[in-house]
Amino acid sequence: MIRFDSVTKRYDGTGEALRNLSFEVDSGEMVFLTGSSGAGKSTLLKLIALIERPTRGQVLFDGRNIARMAAREIPRHRRQLGVVFQDNKLLVERSTFDNVALPLVIAGLNDREIARRVRAALDQVGLLKKERSKPGALSLGEQQRVGIARAVVTRPRVIIADEPTGNLDPWLSLEIMKLFGRFNDIGVTMLIATHDLNLLGKLGGRRIRLENGELAEPEDDALVF
Amino acid sequence: MKHWLKLHWRNCTGSLRDLAERPLATLLTAAVIGIALAMPASLNLLVKNGSNLAGSWDDARDFSVYLKLDTELSKAQQLVDQIEALTGVAQVSLTSADAALADFRASSGLGEVLEELEDNPLPHTLGVRPIEDISVAELDALGQQLAQLDAVELVQIDTEWVQRLNAMLDFLRRVVLLASTLLVIGVLIIVGNTIRLDIQSRRDEIEVLKLVGASDGFVRRPFLYVGLWYGILGGLLAMLVLLLGSWLLAAPLETLVGLYASEANLLGMDWATIGWVLAGGVLSGWGGAWTAVARHLSAIQPS
Ligand SMILES: Nc1ncnc2c1ncn2[C@@H]1O[C@H](COP(=O)(O)OP(=O)(O)O)[C@@H](O)[C@H]1O
Ligand SMILES: [Mg+2]
Repeated sequence: MIRFDSVTKRYDGTGEALRNLSFEVDSGEMVFLTGSSGAGKSTLLKLIALIERPTRGQVLFDGRNIARMAAREIPRHRRQLGVVFQDNKLLVERSTFDNVALPLVIAGLNDREIARRVRAALDQVGLLKKERSKPGALSLGEQQRVGIARAVVTRPRVIIADEPTGNLDPWLSLEIMKLFGRFNDIGVTMLIATHDLNLLGKLGGRRIRLENGELAEPEDDALVF
Repeated sequence: MKHWLKLHWRNCTGSLRDLAERPLATLLTAAVIGIALAMPASLNLLVKNGSNLAGSWDDARDFSVYLKLDTELSKAQQLVDQIEALTGVAQVSLTSADAALADFRASSGLGEVLEELEDNPLPHTLGVRPIEDISVAELDALGQQLAQLDAVELVQIDTEWVQRLNAMLDFLRRVVLLASTLLVIGVLIIVGNTIRLDIQSRRDEIEVLKLVGASDGFVRRPFLYVGLWYGILGGLLAMLVLLLGSWLLAAPLETLVGLYASEANLLGMDWATIGWVLAGGVLSGWGGAWTAVARHLSAIQPS
């Protein structure tokens, strides 16, 4: 589903954030991307969402190399992805409903279908009763769940998440991760960056660890606890 | 197609709603556009009225050609044919010295005094009417040509000021063109700048839209519609200014014109003016939004 072939990413004026990186995530897999801060996790996810372009190498998404995708094709590519951010990136002036509806409005669905799908997504994250609230009136955990609802509302085959629990306490973090697990159960490919090792100990899935932009051996759980 | 129309309709009404939510800022921008549009439009109306006025003095462009006193009537009649053959001449009429004197007697009331005169002091006079679409330069040339004919004492075009008015109107027409161009550029800049600020204040929103897969067109459209609405509102305000202006000026202008022309026919706002003002507003509003959108929207990318 996602494959990196000898990918290097160098930002202007800095060293290499990713170095000759190769790995693969199969369809339906749940993969955690770990590594200390600055290891290159965010950079890796940005290459998948085409927020950044690789300096060298190929990024294959569903068999297609997206590394040099034309700019005008990027929106369509992003619509196949669900993306969750640490800071949730909700529109503060719009209601929960409108935030979650956004990808569907962009995709051009009719109002009835939009309402049906938004409510289904809000139901999945347990926020059906808050559809009229604006983000400011929600707790951080609720905001993050709205962000997740927005990511899943288009029923993407792949969800990428960058530190989705970074702002949350351990209890809420576990809830969010379990939520991801449920989407994975119905076949969604998940790629989640986190440096919260305590949390990982409680979850299944495969791990890819980055260190200075290169693949490293996954942490030994025994060392973590 | 239906979906496309619906999206546009949503953006169109949504933009208007956004503008209505900040009425003061909207009104100010629209007022600036309105005034910028009203200025060349009112100048244009003025020129049109001027042309209309100048047009009603067609006969004022006639030359009076006074012949030398000793010219025979037969020679004068010969001149009529000669002048009629000149280019730019529509018609020539001859008033003989005798006829002129009789006329003068009758109209001046000095009949008996004039009776005493031994010699008729008046010359034969030719009235030369130029063709209608003669230019100012051709009119000048014709005047000189007439003056050079022998037997001609004096060529007079009494109403040189009509010529001046026409020259002035020609000049003003160019001023209107120039002013319109400059003011339309001004409107482009105003709208462009307003939309630029709008884009900047909605930076985060634009980033999020792009992140979740909005196309450039989707992100662009609301801003273009805002520009369009500014243009339409500006156009309507311009029309209001024009209506008010012509209403205020109608009475004094009519008096003024009445002093010069027997039938003063004031031209107010016509459909063409309304069309131009609205089209100017729409085009410069939409165009101004485009300049802002083209320059600033692609610069905003998620990071
Ligand atoms: N926009 C950027 N410009 C320059 N350097 C960057 C940029 N983004 C990330 N980096 C650098 O790339 C490296 C990897 O960063 P990042 O991918 O954010 O790591 P992580 O998400 O694992 O903390 C870091 O050294 C960081 O300083
Ligand atoms: Mg990061």
